[in-house]
Amino acid sequence: MAIQTPAIEVENLVRQFGDVFALDHVSVSIRKGEFFSLLGPSGCGKTTLLRCIGGLDIPDEGVIRIDGTDAREIPAHKRPVNTVFQSYALFPHLTVRGNIAFGLQMKKVAKPEIEERVKRVMDMVQIAKLADRKPAQLSGGQKQRVALARAIVNEPSVLLLDEPLGALDLKLRKELQIELLALQRRLGITFVYVTHDQEEALVMSDRIAVMRAGKIEQMGEAEALYENPRTRYVSTFLGSCNLLEATVRQRTPTGAVVQTTVGELRVEGSIPDRNKFTLAIRPEKVALCAPGESAGENRIKVKVVEVIYIGSETHYVLKAGEQPLSAEAMNVKVGHQGFDIGQDAVVHLPAAGLLVLDD
Amino acid sequence: MRRPSFPLWLVSGFLYVFMYAPIVVVIVFSFNVAKHGGPWTGFTTEWYQQLLRPAYSIASELKVVEYREHIKQLELRTLFNKISEILLQPRNDKWSAAINTGILAFASTILATALGTMLGYGLSRYWFPGKKLFSLLMYIPVVIPDIVMAVAMLSFYAMVRDWLGLFELGMTTMIIAHITFQIPFVAIVVRSRLAGMDPAIEEAAHDLGASSWQTFWHVTFPLMLPGVLAGAMLAFTLSLDDFVVSFFTTGPGATTLPILIYSSVKRGITPDINALSTLIVLASVIGTLGVTLLQRPAKPSGG
Repeated sequence: MAIQTPAIEVENLVRQFGDVFALDHVSVSIRKGEFFSLLGPSGCGKTTLLRCIGGLDIPDEGVIRIDGTDAREIPAHKRPVNTVFQSYALFPHLTVRGNIAFGLQMKKVAKPEIEERVKRVMDMVQIAKLADRKPAQLSGGQKQRVALARAIVNEPSVLLLDEPLGALDLKLRKELQIELLALQRRLGITFVYVTHDQEEALVMSDRIAVMRAGKIEQMGEAEALYENPRTRYVSTFLGSCNLLEATVRQRTPTGAVVQTTVGELRVEGSIPDRNKFTLAIRPEKVALCAPGESAGENRIKVKVVEVIYIGSETHYVLKAGEQPLSAEAMNVKVGHQGFDIGQDAVVHLPAAGLLVLDD
Repeated sequence: MRRPSFPLWLVSGFLYVFMYAPIVVVIVFSFNVAKHGGPWTGFTTEWYQQLLRPAYSIASELKVVEYREHIKQLELRTLFNKISEILLQPRNDKWSAAINTGILAFASTILATALGTMLGYGLSRYWFPGKKLFSLLMYIPVVIPDIVMAVAMLSFYAMVRDWLGLFELGMTTMIIAHITFQIPFVAIVVRSRLAGMDPAIEEAAHDLGASSWQTFWHVTFPLMLPGVLAGAMLAFTLSLDDFVVSFFTTGPGATTLPILIYSSVKRGITPDINALSTLIVLASVIGTLGVTLLQRPAKPSGG
């Protein structure tokens, strides 16, 4: 693959509000045509980063390059990026058509061309029928489509989306996720997508940056990020995780044997030099068996404390002594899945599923 | 919504009676035949006819003007002079007071609306040192008694006149005084309209390629326009009703309707004064209704 200029390059970006660092030396490079998500809880700086890229907020330090051009001196209205706002921010005094045409009118595009492009975009997001309505007459999902159409009609090189589906109900949200993703693939526009919903980020993104307190904690492809979280924060924010404090007993050529609150465990992979660290294991990697059944290594006796049946799978809350553990299993058996509250069982923690965290 | 209990009905009933009974009396007696007031002797519209008679003659005089010819010849100045001559021709004291009131209200409202809108916009969209103090100071003309305001204006004019020879009391001084008390009302209405606006809307305009100036004209101004118009109507109504400030800052030949009414009632309340007052009430009610309609909150953009 040829080396391309990144769509967005951010270097050591700092934005301070009083004593609080909304952005604390953030650096990130976003590839052309990529669906890139900024994921984090509210107040982590993800929206501030988006606003700095769009020119709606001015960073205190650092560099932003858009298509290789230093954007620091370019005001918002001249940047080749457009934003879909969380509140939609449609112009209440203009019709749907007027809202979508706004950007092209400001750029003094010829009238027939405006008409044609507006029509094409309205067809693309299926709002042609709403052309003459005012925003107050639209439902949440329709407003969302208008906000999207208003941005993409300008053919920006990067589209910035600030929790665009945040105000919609779950069903509509899932539908629009798929639609948005299809649209992005079709248009080939780079999407920078801000969300606090980890599932949404996993479903849609090529790459995800998990943010915390103004910093990017970990960045990578969705699968890599989920399978190999490096910190406690990432492991629990993206999905859920069992965390175990471990002390090294013995180092082996392939890993180590460690002591934890649930007993001795064998761990694979590179082991840090320090003797104490945190182990993480995803609930779905925890294999729950009946006491008699043979299971693999790292066997631990547990008691079933809670059974949460959710149709396609069942979640179990377990206790190994005082240590709570959670396990998830697909309901592949026909009929009763086999574990009840209060029952004794055995779990097996496969060495490959035990991750060594950095903190 | 709950239904009010009987005592509540009673109290609000009294309240409304106290508020509106005097106005109703004025309106009713404006149709009284008795020339010098006093008891009801019969129904007539004589007083309204008397008041509006000059309007008929003005209308007939205006009809004669050859508008087309003047506009074709581009003699707009001549046309303007002719029209203002007809309007301003002295007919009777009530009519010239009405004309004065109109000039005062229109001139002061237009200027106060322009200035008040700028003030409201500035206070809502910019930050500058001392902004808080300045916002508070803006309320002074709203809260201080009219009489204090009037005396202050009068002594200020007198002082400037001594130094510079400007501000001879008359229409100009009255207009300036009215603008002074109207500006804060316009600014407050405009500012509250802007405060209710999602700041992301202006950001969206910027984001879509509109410069600051384009954003103002294509987005901010149309959205604050109802506030501007409401402020203007409020200012107009205030100017129309004002007696105290006008009385102190007026000069010879610039008598307004409230001043005229004040000097006439000293000689007894006559039905034609009642008729005049009724017309003023009507104008104020129309203005207030306009404000109420325009002040309805903008339809929410979310949800």
